[in-house]
Parts: sequence; structure tokens; C-alpha cells
Amino acid sequence: MSMPSQQLGKQEIAHPQPRRSRAAAKEERVAYLFLMPWFAGLFLFLGVPLVYSLYISMTDRRLISAGKAHFVGLQNYVYMFTKDAFFYKSLLITMKWILMSTPLFLVVGLLISLLLNQKYFGMNVFRTILYIPAVVSGVAVAVLWLNLLNPELGVVNYVLIQLGVDNPPYWLEDPEWAMPAVVLMGLWGVGGMAIIYLAGLQNIPPHLYEAATIDGAGAWGKFRYVTLPMLSPTIFFLVLNAVIDALLIFGPLFVLTGGTGGGGPDNSLLFYMLYLYRISFVQGFMGYGTALAWILTIIGVLMVVIMMKLERRFVFYESEE
Amino acid sequence: MAQRAAERPVVTAQSPRVRRFPRMLHAVFVYTMLTLASLFILLPVGWMLAAALKPDTVPVFTFPPEWFPTEYWHWQTFRTALFQEEFLRYAANSGFLVVMTVLGAVLSSSLIAFPFARLRFRGKNFLFTFLIATMLLPAPVLLIPQFLLFYQIGWYGTYYPLWVPTFAGNAFFIFLMRQYMRSIPIELDEAARVDGAGYWTIYWRIIMPLCVPVLTVAAVFQFMWTWNDFFGPLIYLDDPEKFTVALALARLVQRVGTEWNQVMAANLIVMIPVLIIYFFAQDKLIGGIANVGLKG
Repeated sequence: MSMPSQQLGKQEIAHPQPRRSRAAAKEERVAYLFLMPWFAGLFLFLGVPLVYSLYISMTDRRLISAGKAHFVGLQNYVYMFTKDAFFYKSLLITMKWILMSTPLFLVVGLLISLLLNQKYFGMNVFRTILYIPAVVSGVAVAVLWLNLLNPELGVVNYVLIQLGVDNPPYWLEDPEWAMPAVVLMGLWGVGGMAIIYLAGLQNIPPHLYEAATIDGAGAWGKFRYVTLPMLSPTIFFLVLNAVIDALLIFGPLFVLTGGTGGGGPDNSLLFYMLYLYRISFVQGFMGYGTALAWILTIIGVLMVVIMMKLERRFVFYESEE
Repeated sequence: MAQRAAERPVVTAQSPRVRRFPRMLHAVFVYTMLTLASLFILLPVGWMLAAALKPDTVPVFTFPPEWFPTEYWHWQTFRTALFQEEFLRYAANSGFLVVMTVLGAVLSSSLIAFPFARLRFRGKNFLFTFLIATMLLPAPVLLIPQFLLFYQIGWYGTYYPLWVPTFAGNAFFIFLMRQYMRSIPIELDEAARVDGAGYWTIYWRIIMPLCVPVLTVAAVFQFMWTWNDFFGPLIYLDDPEKFTVALALARLVQRVGTEWNQVMAANLIVMIPVLIIYFFAQDKLIGGIANVGLKG
């Protein structure tokens, strides 16, 4: 009824019979009816909280005194950037984590997928085993590694001593070694990435390798000029996911740091999300916590935008079919 | 299936590269590396199982460590974890949430995917782009406002915040299902319409039965997310009787003194259901992940 005349005209050209047009209107009504749960969710669980969130971040809202929030403007943000040493510390720790973990995971994951892509007997058994850590709960993995990394009696240090290391590190009890400990634990779950790489590898058309062989390319040449460019969309997808995951890591760290919102020895594991949790839910500063969340979001969005920009330069897409 | 088909030709593609090394040496290298990687995965699991099977009277930590087939087969530890530590209850709690979230995510996501895949309506492209964009929105911004809103309507301490939102669809699943539904011939819908079927009948009686594979993938994913979820239960549940497995496990670690054998038993209890599902669904699951990675 409220259909713009231009649109109506177009439809009449496409479907000359007026009856079809009524059918099209019905189809549209039905379509929007089917979309209703989504619209409701967008409004209730996304739109409202998003606007509310902007507002809360500008109040001194506490968890307990629900009614007594005062509007404080940008004070939360000002405090964060000028006075909050923990904010900077947690940001730095998270960045350090991203730089230490994601390149390592991406490379090791790729190497494992290259091994899994060899056509030998029993590869699917290895694939199944290597993917196990990716499906189990991050909390459960952390509980296991908390024990493996025990400085005096843990398995990791036992292996290190057997390998001839005299003074194995104190891992989660040593501010210097706490982060490498988390990286080691993350390495345990790197099979999750390898599986996605593997799917990408198996989608590379074999004729490209044949052509490269004819052109005289060796193993490295084929990897560099066929595998890497053909795999670049997969790599991009994985980089994007890995960085976001690294930014948002919470559950395993919560366990590794003792489960109270603490930050490990000397706060060396005070990741951003852990700090956000501590501020909002342990100390109850909901307004300030929301402000922290907004800064994290802005950092995340900036990272995605930068990666999208880099994508154009480094990622190779096959021309559309 | 498609994966299998893709595997075969690669053999021919790679054999020339392999010829540069003696083939045997190449095989030995691949197997050695993969075996080492698998040991890195399995040894900790073996240690965990050995630890869980120890009675309370023996130290869990020993030097050298003890691996899985050990002298102890104290299954009692599992019984203690299940009943005394009440992990049976926590598993039931998590199970309830799994049922609700799987139902919510699968029903609503397929309902929402249907018009995107099969119907013509104005604003479709815009709305679909918008849907994809919502996938990229980081969760933490919504965390506290959602918490406060649920808190204000009295849902704090209940399961509602953990499952009701799944009934509004999941962007990732909607995307996955829309891709799948588009591959079903549209003639099916047209034939059904000629026979007088309405859109609901087409969705429920024709499309849904054909979508069982993709619905399964979504259900398995949702199962794993709900079962493994930690942050949600951590902030919303305060009554220990309502704890989910992940939350109960974290709390057990916090509280435990020396009974690490029980923690390890509980840890295995938390891991095993997901592993069982994974072993049965792995081909479908990996296919689903691969699709998103490549076409997304």
C-alpha cells in the first residue's frame, strides 16, 4: 500500500499480471514476519543495550546503588587516560599477548596443516587428535595446565629437567614467565587453526601445482607462489579471528590467576578483560567498566579496519566465477 | 563428502615435489612431526586421567610424573566428583541450558535464514549486510548494559539471560543456514505453492527437513558454546545449586586444597560430553567451519 510508485512500476514490468504483484506483496509481508524474532533481538539485546551502554559509561553507576547514578560526562574516560595506571598496564599486557601469541599460533598452525595435508595413511587420526583441545572448555584446559605448569612438581618442568634444563622457570608464579606460560597453553590448542588452514589447502586446485611444476618451480617456489597466495583469504580470516580472540581472552586467565579477578604475580597477567571484570563485577564500578569496554571496542574496531586495509594489499582473491 | 573428493587429486599435485626428497624420508619426517605434535596433545590428557584415577591417599604430583596406564584404577574419584562434588547436578544444569539454547538458536536462526534464502522482499541486501556487520560487533560493550537490564527486570540469578537471547537468532548460524538453503532448488517451493502450500508449510515441511545437515552443525556448535561458556554463568548465576559445569569447575579449583585428583576427575567429566559429540560430528563440524572460513 505504501509502496513507492517507482518500485511498483518496476514490479509491473517484471510481472505483467497484477495478480503476481499482489503475491509479491504477500511474499514481502511473510518475509518480514519471519524476520520478526531477529528484529526483536536486534532491538532488545543490541540496540537498547548499545545506547544504554553509551549512557552508563558517562555515569558513576555502581552495581549496588542502582538508582543513584550521576551523570559525569567524560570523566570516566579522562580518569582512565590520565590517572589509571592499571588501564595502561592491562592494555600493554594484552598487546604483548597479541604480539607474542598470534604470529606464533598462525605459523605453527600453518605448519601443522601442511603436515596434515600430506596424503599418508592415518592422517585423519592425527587430525582428530590435534583438534581435541579446540573443542573442550577453555576453563578445563586452564585447570589442566595450571597443574602441568606447577613449578616444582609439574609435568612441563619435569620434561625440561629431563632435557637438561637446570633451573626451569617458575611459570605462573614468576612475573617474567607468566605470559610465556599462557602462550604455551595456547599452543596446545593450535590444532583448531590447523583445521581451518587444512580446509583452505584442500581447496587449492591441483592444476595450479601442475602448472608450477611445468614452469620449473621447486617445493619452496610452489609454496611461495601457489600455496601462500591461494591460502591468503584463509590466512586473513584466521588473523582476524586470532586477534579478536586474543583481545577478548578471559575464561582461561580467570582460572590461571586464581579465580578472583586477580592479575597473577605482580599483575603480570592482568589482561584487559580481566581488569574489566575486576572493575565491573568485583569492585562494582559499572560505569567505569562500561567506559573500559568502549575503549576496548574502539581498539578492536580500529584493528579490524587496519587489517581490512592490509587485506587489499596482501590477500589474493580468485576472480568471481 | 566434498572434502573427500577434493583430497584425491592433490596426491598427483604433490608427488613431484615429494620426489626431490627420497620418498621414505619424507614420510618419516611427516609421521615424526605429527606424532610429536600428537604426544604434546595426548600426554597432558594421559597425565590428567592418571591423576584422576588416584585415590586420595596418594600424592597427585609425583616426580617423575605418572602417565595413564598406572597402578591406580580408583574410579571412586569420579563417583566423588559426580555425587559429592555434585558435578552430576552441574552437568544437568548445563544440559538444560544446552537444550534451551540449541532449540532457540536452531529454530530462530533457520526461521530468519529462510526469507534471506528463499523469498524476495525489499531491503533484503541491506538487512543481510547489516546481519554480517553485527557478527563483527565485539561482545564486551553489550556485556554490562545487558547485565544491568537483565538485573533490573529481575533475571539476575536465573537462567533466562543465558538462553532467552538465543531465540533471537545467531548471525553466524543465520549466515550458515542461508548459504545452505540457497543451494536447494527453488522449483521445490514453486511446486509446493502450486499445490496450495503456504510459506510456513514450505519452511517447515520442505526446507527444514532438507536442512538437517546444516541444522546439525549449528546444534553441535551451540552445544559446545553453551557447555563451555564461562563468562555468562559467572556474572549471572549466584546460587551454587544453579552453577554450570565450567563455573563449578573454576570454583572447585579456587576452593580445593590438595584433592587435585578430584579436580582432574571433574575436569574430565566436563570435557567428555563435548569430546563424544566431537568424535561423532567431526566431519560435519569441520566442513561447517571450513565453509565459513572460506566463503565468509
